[in-house]
Amino acid sequence: MAATSQEPVTERQPLWYRVVYDKETRSVALQVLTISLLFAFFFFIIRNAVVNLEAIGKGYSFKFLWEPSNYDINQTLIEYDSRSPHWRATIVGILNTLLVAVTGVIIATIVGFIMGVLRLSHNWLINRIVYVYIEYVRNVPVLLHILLVHGVIVNTLPRPKNAISIDDTIFLTNRGFYTPKPLFEPAMWAVFIAFLAAIGFTWWFRRYARKVQDATGKIYPVFWICTAAILLGPLLVFFIAGSPMTWEMAELKGFNFKGGLVLRPEYLALTLALALYTAAFIAEIVRAGIQAISHGQTEAAFALGIKPNRTMQLVIIPQALRVIVPPLSSQYLNLTKNSSLAIAIGYMDIVATIGGISLNQTGREMECMTIVLLLYLSFSLSISAFMNWYNKRIKLVER
Amino acid sequence: MSEQQTYEPGTHPDLPPPPNMVGIIGWIRENLLGSTTNIVLTVLSVYLLWVIVPPTLNWLFFNAVFEGASRDECRAVMAEEGVKGACWAFIGQRFELFVYGFYPETERWRVNLSFILMLAALVPVLWDKTPSRNKMMIGSAIAPFVIGWLLIGGFGLEPVPTDKFGGFMLTLVIGVTGIVGSLPLGILLALGRQSHLPAVRIVCVAFIEFIRGVPLITLLFVASTMLNYFLPPGTTFDLLLRVLIMVTLFSAAYIAEVVRGGLQAIPKGQQEAADSMGLKYWQSMRLIILPQALKISIPGIVNTFIGLYKDTTLVIIIGLLDPLGVGRASLADTKWQGLSTEVYVFVALFFFVSCISMARYSLYLENKLHTGHKR
Repeated sequence: MAATSQEPVTERQPLWYRVVYDKETRSVALQVLTISLLFAFFFFIIRNAVVNLEAIGKGYSFKFLWEPSNYDINQTLIEYDSRSPHWRATIVGILNTLLVAVTGVIIATIVGFIMGVLRLSHNWLINRIVYVYIEYVRNVPVLLHILLVHGVIVNTLPRPKNAISIDDTIFLTNRGFYTPKPLFEPAMWAVFIAFLAAIGFTWWFRRYARKVQDATGKIYPVFWICTAAILLGPLLVFFIAGSPMTWEMAELKGFNFKGGLVLRPEYLALTLALALYTAAFIAEIVRAGIQAISHGQTEAAFALGIKPNRTMQLVIIPQALRVIVPPLSSQYLNLTKNSSLAIAIGYMDIVATIGGISLNQTGREMECMTIVLLLYLSFSLSISAFMNWYNKRIKLVER
Repeated sequence: MSEQQTYEPGTHPDLPPPPNMVGIIGWIRENLLGSTTNIVLTVLSVYLLWVIVPPTLNWLFFNAVFEGASRDECRAVMAEEGVKGACWAFIGQRFELFVYGFYPETERWRVNLSFILMLAALVPVLWDKTPSRNKMMIGSAIAPFVIGWLLIGGFGLEPVPTDKFGGFMLTLVIGVTGIVGSLPLGILLALGRQSHLPAVRIVCVAFIEFIRGVPLITLLFVASTMLNYFLPPGTTFDLLLRVLIMVTLFSAAYIAEVVRGGLQAIPKGQQEAADSMGLKYWQSMRLIILPQALKISIPGIVNTFIGLYKDTTLVIIIGLLDPLGVGRASLADTKWQGLSTEVYVFVALFFFVSCISMARYSLYLENKLHTGHKR
């Protein structure tokens, strides 16, 4: 042993000797060093920042947020005009980012799962097509995808005058997709309540069905009953309440469409490109997850006489989900963070509003970038907190 | 049917399988037309291919124009034949710009030489059968400094300011620096995150989670707009250098998480065995833990590298001229307006080729290092 050749370390030895040879003292010394270096670093940069800001007479304050923003945003989910303050522009940006993130995640998940399953298909042709597609998408930067999709929408679709119309209700033009916009009448609240009630019923019925199955072995067709409840319940209430909803159609007036719900090219390009990009990664994750379940599981299920569909549902998918969920959550995070590339095509998200135009107009780089960084951090931390919670719920319970 | 041969039971010679079960027909029956779903899928995919592939090929090759001095010339050629296609003449005319950016023409040999040096330095790193590999590795370790000197200049060479860097050369500079810098930093961060010293651990966790929580583009914005405030008054700091530092820090955080996964997968017994052999912390890490952990993490590490390499395109947003930036800049020329698709496709091809070769190399490495347990 090394200790026999050295003198035993005791309290009486000088400090430097203990720092070099005693594990405990050394670890304390290392930590003190780390912390003091860190503090020195922060002290250094903060002092520099204070000196530099003072030299140009700027200071550090968020008062500018209440000044009028003086710029327009073409897509807003809340009321906004150029006289609105900067904080309102920031909220518009946050909502736009969230809009892209949520729709992107939904599309990416659906497309990704379908492609992942097709990738495992026995059909050689579809298998190869999906493979080539995934390899192409994964190996080209996402910024290029965004620019390419944007270019396709803007350059190849016709002008509003000769728009591609689908049944005269949906119009595809290079200025965006125009669809009818639902206008709700007051009685519509009954339908929303019916919808919530249906979800509540679903939750209760699943538990009830589980209880019945545990007690008697009887299996209810839970999926179909719940789907019917969620779809038909609100529909029924909708008709009973006398169809309290009308559609506002988009109409061609002059050079552009008026009215209706418009999906702008920037939003479309960003969402589609991000969704398809992320979907390729999700497809690989899904494939790997399903393949990670050993074939013995399927064989065992068959040997017990479980039907193929039920095998998938009860044996394979619950196990595969455990493998799939952690990387899936980081893909969702990536999609949210990649939505910051919106600035390349002029979609007004967080980076383009508070981190772009507001920053350039007010010259408050420090404050604006602090807000942007904090916003993204809070998004990321909340998504990962949620996914951790979900992951814990479906985790294998080991004894 | 006059005479029928009879066999004793069990003596009948084996018949060949029916012709529609073997060979190409058998393969098609099994893989394309096996069941109803299969037939539907096959028909759908053939239709899809029919819709997508011929027009794409026509646009890319058969109808494309490869020679010409302006977009109008391309258009004229295509109009004669009455077709629509790509105008690759544009890429041909601006090819040098795509490769070198605005690097001075007389000094471009330095870029070429650096590229060759980089390839030469990569050989012993990537290929384990290189003759006298250990000695060559020393060369590989020196190469980055030589390349840096060649590209930037000074010490006898004419200095080239970094804002002249551009094109694929810039992509390679950022990508390779990021890769080389982030691996050791990432490993250190991962070890720090696993450390028994709370202060070290907390610092590493905070750093990793912060970097992973924000998009690269915001960090690049910080680098381009704010960094000057944090430096002593009067210092200026090269924009490319700032970008390099940010990109390295960014991907180091991701590498750290990948390596942490590898570290966690190593059974605790390995560390305990190393401890009982009397190995010090760094010895046990270097000889026992890291070789195993890094081996498991290879796919993740390469994926991070590919991600980093692709993310180099983001630098156009803060005004550096990577291939995409160069392409967009040259589209401003009235002679070539409106050819953005060609630029995007060309740049996409470049990234596709480089990324897929990295991915293939990682597969090869995985297979080589896979010691058993594979069915």
